[in-house]
Amino acid sequence: MRPPVVAIDGVSKEFTKGERRVEALQGIDFAVARNEFAAILGPSGCGKSTLLNMVAGFDRPTRGRVLFNGTPVDGPDPRRAVVFQESALFPWYTVHDNVVFGPRTQGLPAAVYRERATTVIEQVGLRGFESHYPAELSGGMKQRVGIARVLVMEPEVLLMDEPFGSLDAQTRSLMQELLLDVWERHHQTVLFVTHDIEEALLLADSVSVMTARPGRIKQRLLVELPRPRALDVVTSPVFNALKRDVLALIREESLRAAREHG
Amino acid sequence: MARRVPLFLLLPLGLLALWHVAVQARWVTEGLVPSPAQVVDSWHTWVFGSPTATLSPYSGTWLANALYSSRRVLQGFALAALIGIPLGLLIGWNRLVARLVDPSIQILRPVPITAWLPFSIAVFGIYDASALFLIGLGAFYPIVVNTTHGVRDTSLLLLRAARMMGARPATVLAKVVLPSALPSIFTGLRLGVGVAWTAVIVAEMIAVKSGLGYVLWDAYYVGRMDICVATMFSVGLLGFVSDRAILLASQLLLRWRMLEAHA
Repeated sequence: MRPPVVAIDGVSKEFTKGERRVEALQGIDFAVARNEFAAILGPSGCGKSTLLNMVAGFDRPTRGRVLFNGTPVDGPDPRRAVVFQESALFPWYTVHDNVVFGPRTQGLPAAVYRERATTVIEQVGLRGFESHYPAELSGGMKQRVGIARVLVMEPEVLLMDEPFGSLDAQTRSLMQELLLDVWERHHQTVLFVTHDIEEALLLADSVSVMTARPGRIKQRLLVELPRPRALDVVTSPVFNALKRDVLALIREESLRAAREHG
Repeated sequence: MARRVPLFLLLPLGLLALWHVAVQARWVTEGLVPSPAQVVDSWHTWVFGSPTATLSPYSGTWLANALYSSRRVLQGFALAALIGIPLGLLIGWNRLVARLVDPSIQILRPVPITAWLPFSIAVFGIYDASALFLIGLGAFYPIVVNTTHGVRDTSLLLLRAARMMGARPATVLAKVVLPSALPSIFTGLRLGVGVAWTAVIVAEMIAVKSGLGYVLWDAYYVGRMDICVATMFSVGLLGFVSDRAILLASQLLLRWRMLEAHA
């Protein structure tokens, strides 16, 4: 059997804050299977971004291992592409040059990546904006570029760190729809971090609920909603039952935290 | 725009009028401060020459001297930029280089270039090399310091984005760090060219025998205050032009930044 694309194996992360040691993550075990859309749901400050950064190779665990295709992660890699919370585009490049940055940097021939870039730009609805600079784009458009520039690299796993968190509600819905659409095309393996319950349930095959301080994975729920999904799935009874379950988990956790910390 | 033109002219015209009145009404010692009209007249002769004063050092010699000074500024400034920008990139990028080089720069930086003058003449003599050393050194500090700052201000997110897309350190430096630091580098260049003009005047006053600084000091010795004032304006004008040239270059290279400012 093939190993999971991403395997997090007993990972803990500690930070030193002045004199004190703060435990951000504690004993995380977690895996993302091939073609799975996995979501991690947690409150802000629960360490979910730290977890994602370790999968990306930007950060290292204090204890435990992060494996990619069975091999320990050792620094960033285009096969583990990241869509950041803020679009993180290069402001001195046009949309087109931002999108082809990855393939160009990896030395792919222009003949190969040009065609791919055209397809991806089309897919995320950016046609006609190729020669615009990021400063000329709205927040949603920037995030589309952020998605296009990683899709063009055809990564094995897409790591998304609250990519729609800074967008207004309407744009966010549009982007979620876009992401569902992209997923249907590629069955792209995704690890998606969010604090938005509905977003996690709408997009993912599995939702792992995290607790805060120290961050742990409380429970992993399977989202057995049929695909292809559309935005109106959020009104279905199955969706609402799942939402109730998640809310109950979160509530249980807040009560426990309130008891413990007084 | 049209309405702003008279406003910015108000102060210089007022000062000019005050200067004129001060000389006419003899609020200043006569013969010590020339009138604006005298300065314009002498400047005109200095630039275009006068058939009656072909042997005067202040007849038709302006261009040659302005070119001497401009060439020194350009050479010294280019030298400073060629060393300052790469060094600043390395200091900002590499911790080892920073620890090795930065403290020495910070210790030497407060030494004014004027204080380097005797040392420079002793080492390089009364030659161009001496002037180039002073100009280059003076312009080097703001360029290297601002480049370093620009590099250190590069967004961590952009660095991570580049690495996630497979960029090696050299690519990150060229495609991310350098463009990100460019606005700061241009600030350094603008400050640097200002220092270069200061340095060229000081150097030419003492360390070489040509250029506007030399004329300035010489004219002072022979009591030609009109030429001194004309020289001051000349240096100001050339300094202004070189600053605008760098600004223009930065606007051409940083189009993306202009868009950001207007967004």
